[in-house]
Amino acid sequence: MHIHFLDPYRAGNSPLHAADARLKFVLTLAFILTASLTPPAAWPVYILLLALILSIEILSGLGVGPVLKRSLLALPFVLAALPLVFTVEGQALFSLPLGAWTLTASVEGLARFVSVALKSWLSVQAAIVLAACTPFPELLQAMRAVGLPRLLVAMFGLTWRYLFVLADEALRLMRARAARSGAVSSTSLKAGGNVAWRAGVTGGMAGSLFLRAFERSDRIYVAMLSRGYDGEVRALPLPAFTAAHWLTLTAGLALLALLLGFGLLFWG
Amino acid sequence: MLYSPAPMHIPDGFLSTLVAVVLWILSAGVIAYALRRVGNDLGERQVPLMGVLAAAIFAGQMLNFTVAGGTSGHLLGAALAAILLGPWAAIIVMTTVVSIQALIFQDGGLLALGGNLFNMAVIGVAVAYFVYVSVQKAARGQRWGVFVGGFAAAWMSIVIAALACALELAFSGTSPANVAVPAMGGIHMLIGVGEGLITLGALAFLYAARRDLLHIGEAAPKGGRVVWVGGLVIALLLAVLSPLASAHPDGLEWVAEQQGFLEAAREPLYSIIPDYVFPGISNEALATIAAGILGTLLVFGVALGVAYLRRRQTADR
Repeated sequence: MHIHFLDPYRAGNSPLHAADARLKFVLTLAFILTASLTPPAAWPVYILLLALILSIEILSGLGVGPVLKRSLLALPFVLAALPLVFTVEGQALFSLPLGAWTLTASVEGLARFVSVALKSWLSVQAAIVLAACTPFPELLQAMRAVGLPRLLVAMFGLTWRYLFVLADEALRLMRARAARSGAVSSTSLKAGGNVAWRAGVTGGMAGSLFLRAFERSDRIYVAMLSRGYDGEVRALPLPAFTAAHWLTLTAGLALLALLLGFGLLFWG
Repeated sequence: MLYSPAPMHIPDGFLSTLVAVVLWILSAGVIAYALRRVGNDLGERQVPLMGVLAAAIFAGQMLNFTVAGGTSGHLLGAALAAILLGPWAAIIVMTTVVSIQALIFQDGGLLALGGNLFNMAVIGVAVAYFVYVSVQKAARGQRWGVFVGGFAAAWMSIVIAALACALELAFSGTSPANVAVPAMGGIHMLIGVGEGLITLGALAFLYAARRDLLHIGEAAPKGGRVVWVGGLVIALLLAVLSPLASAHPDGLEWVAEQQGFLEAAREPLYSIIPDYVFPGISNEALATIAAGILGTLLVFGVALGVAYLRRRQTADR
């Protein structure tokens, strides 16, 4: 089994796939920032932001369904915001008797909670579209263009390149363990050994993975040296950022600023 | 499959913008300094080494073991990185791991990435380094120092990072401190044991196979002292601050109110156009309905446009 299915990039020929990665990167960040700054309970703004991201998903040809399915990923974290329903004071909605206490839900609290969940949901969709429409090398270029240190970008690139190799390696280790020891198919069955022993085995696997990575990095270094590496991280020059790019960028930012201004003005 | 083992990657929307920006600035400062140090100390071999080891930590997070009843223990790797690579390189490696998780796998948000970097790459590494070095010193180069130090470093790094995460959520007004701190702290005291045991196993393996990688008895890396002190301060501060915060959630609310300068900054906006209402949209419910209709039209318009273009493309062929 190879791990390449993990790469979230989906090839396509939509306008979004064709767009410059720098544009997509900056506009995605701006979209997330807009969602974050939108005041709680500014429902019209949330609806418009949702319409915007849904349109983009359709335009990208990814399909709304797969993106929405993937966006459920961040859902469990919503639990962290759930207490807001009960702790924010305001108009009482309903009460939950809980032993000695009574939890009183408030309308304002519910509005805050739903707003947090919506912000998170909108943001994660934007991030999914960015990753699905932009090949990682182009994303690296975008990060370099917005001024990330070259060493860090080079690290991202190397990690990405070897992530799949090492994930394959980890899968092989796990398969070897499953073949030799107590892998249980059903959760009701008792696993072999005790927890500390199983943890120790897993630790040995992690150590072995580390060692293999270490030795691989040696070979990679030697290979880089033989191809002229001298410690300097070099990259191809960035393609020109044309007037059309600037125009799209400004229009996108202006639209988001408009939505944000609308929200801040009436609900801030 | 490469999803976060510990519920510690904060998604977007859960941190207030102010908290997110402050954490971004803090993390960026530390990472920039770490980059400089690594560039000076490690030399040209650094890029392939750190890049591949970051990939290894990433892949290592897939390794798991059954605990009981369908739950499993995982590795996060901050402590292992700090022990094997030294503090500065570990910060860079964890930065890479956490950033790629956010960028590619949407594991943690992009605006919240500053906070996640601060928790896992800065706090996680500094605390782990502080604990490991301290225990090693106490053990005077004996074997148990590596193992006890490794376990304690891994456990502490997870728990302290989780407390930091809980406090950040509390400061953002997303989760009250008296709920978030005990919940996050409690869960991660258990998760930390899994992390500690795996780290211990990995160190035992490396001790047997390649003892030279563990740098036992070598002089501390340059600037290690700064991280040691940083780890000490962070661990103390969070260990004291979080129980305090959870006992006095009002205190945090007070701080949040002091942040009211955001409100104050918004004030002039209203005075420019007092009592202004949108023509025809004077009422919030109406505005919501209008937005709903506009949004639906937008989505339908784009869908129709795309469908039309597709049809024409297939017709052309």
